[in-house]
Amino acid sequence: MDLSLIDWSRAQFALTAMFHWVFVPLTLGLGVIMCIYETIYYRTGDEKWKRLAKFWIKLFGINFAIGVATGIILEFEFGTNWSNYSYFVGDIFGAPLAIEGIVAFFLEATFIGVLFFGWDKVSKGFHLASTWLTVGGATLSAWWILVANAWMQFPAGMDFNPDTARNELTDFWAVALSPVAVNKFFHTVLSAWMLGAAFVIGVSSYYLLKKRDTEFAKNSIKIATLVGIAGIVLTFWTGHGSAQKVAKHQPMKLAAMEGLYEGKAGAGLVGIGILNPSKEAYNDSENPFLFKIEFPKMLSWLAYSETDSYVAGIKDLVDGNEAQGIISVEEKMEMGKMAQQALKTYRTTECDSTKQAALIQLDENIGNFGYGFFKEPKNAVPPVGITFYAFHIMVLLGGYFLIFFIAYWFFNKKGILEKNKWLQILALISIPLAYICSQAGWVVAEVGRQPWAIQDILPLSASVSKIPTSSVQITFFVFLAVFSILLIAELGIMVKAIKKGVDNE
Amino acid sequence: MEKIKNIADFFRMYVEGFKKMTKLGKMLWALILIKLFIMFAILKVFLFPNFLNSKFDNEQDKADYVAEQLVNND
Repeated sequence: MDLSLIDWSRAQFALTAMFHWVFVPLTLGLGVIMCIYETIYYRTGDEKWKRLAKFWIKLFGINFAIGVATGIILEFEFGTNWSNYSYFVGDIFGAPLAIEGIVAFFLEATFIGVLFFGWDKVSKGFHLASTWLTVGGATLSAWWILVANAWMQFPAGMDFNPDTARNELTDFWAVALSPVAVNKFFHTVLSAWMLGAAFVIGVSSYYLLKKRDTEFAKNSIKIATLVGIAGIVLTFWTGHGSAQKVAKHQPMKLAAMEGLYEGKAGAGLVGIGILNPSKEAYNDSENPFLFKIEFPKMLSWLAYSETDSYVAGIKDLVDGNEAQGIISVEEKMEMGKMAQQALKTYRTTECDSTKQAALIQLDENIGNFGYGFFKEPKNAVPPVGITFYAFHIMVLLGGYFLIFFIAYWFFNKKGILEKNKWLQILALISIPLAYICSQAGWVVAEVGRQPWAIQDILPLSASVSKIPTSSVQITFFVFLAVFSILLIAELGIMVKAIKKGVDNE
Repeated sequence: MEKIKNIADFFRMYVEGFKKMTKLGKMLWALILIKLFIMFAILKVFLFPNFLNSKFDNEQDKADYVAEQLVNND
């Protein structure tokens, strides 16, 4: 397999997904905040909240319009660059994505019209319901996309059909309500509230900086900081749940997130650390860190809610650890090869009894099917550096935003924010920091899952289409150009609307 | 401003909304349409054919091809 083809296909998917993720969290996060502004208007009848809601709805509309349908490109890529994967998972991936399309179309398309055209034409209550339903529709769409992604991290509710070479959905609810999907949904959506809050506080601080629309800005910040506090606290809480799911279903990802090579009971959580670039192999004698500050026993607590639990390291997971009941990758590779041989036999033999025996062998080993593609055990290790740094950037920025929201709520309440230019500038700088935090979360989820497209079942090397690398390179740069233009348009239109301000609605 | 009383008024709201759209709204709609055109009429058609559909006519051939990929991984 041409490695550059995999890398280019992967780079293209990462580019598209990360670009799509510029728009989605702002839609979800700003959406909830504008709903709250309008709810306050509905309850109080105070026109200042209507004016406020209308301004933020306008920015929501800009983001929504530029971001809409950017995710569809990912589906194009599945069919062209990842055809083996698409075929292998077709029915399972198709169901949630189809529901997503229908939900998105009916809820968002119907009610977004009322949201923008319905002011003064429908009752206040109906308009408010439409605003909530638009945002609810977008959030429900996210559910189905995240269900599809969660299935790749923790495949469940399916059976492999050797006749069609496809997985078939056997339990819809096991897919739709898998613990990984539920946790992923809340973690992702709540982190989007954090991003939306950071956006509102940053933009409002711009008005404070310019000494215009100050009452508007202060009222906006009052609500946004509270949404931000709720969002970030719940994101941390669901992050704990996420770590537990990763420890259970993707222990290699957890080990990479922490740069943990040697497993131990009472493992510490790295707060800040610099990885040793001289460490080239998982089993060499180099120290994995040049420097680290660790919170004792916290990784064990994070992963298993007990401070003395054993957390497996990369070496345990590759070489196996009998005392901890961990099977080596080499043994899994044997099982994977047996599954592949059984599939080959099943599809080529004419003899019924041989077919039956092959089917039994396939069923017994299907859970490790993907390991059969590996040439050597170290293939099971994801890129530790990217996963480690992305995880720590996400957590550190998450901690920053916890302090940020509480502090800005207090500063705003006491009138300190209005008088301090540096606080206003810091709020503006915090907008890109919120995006970095949010994107880093996806980098952990996706790079940490490597080398798998579907955990333990299908690696990327078997998922990719055998197409010329040059065609993927061309489309990569076409996307880069299109996305750059759209991003410039987003920023330009958004900045213009912000500069125009609320008084010129 | 007259309130919506029936389903016809509801559709009229959309028609009026589009007619009286602000400059910003028109620009965003233009952007959406251009984007959709580029995505579906150019990128999808010329750069993103479905790999298996372009090589095979029926499901059995696709299944055979993918199964072959799954068992021969050299």
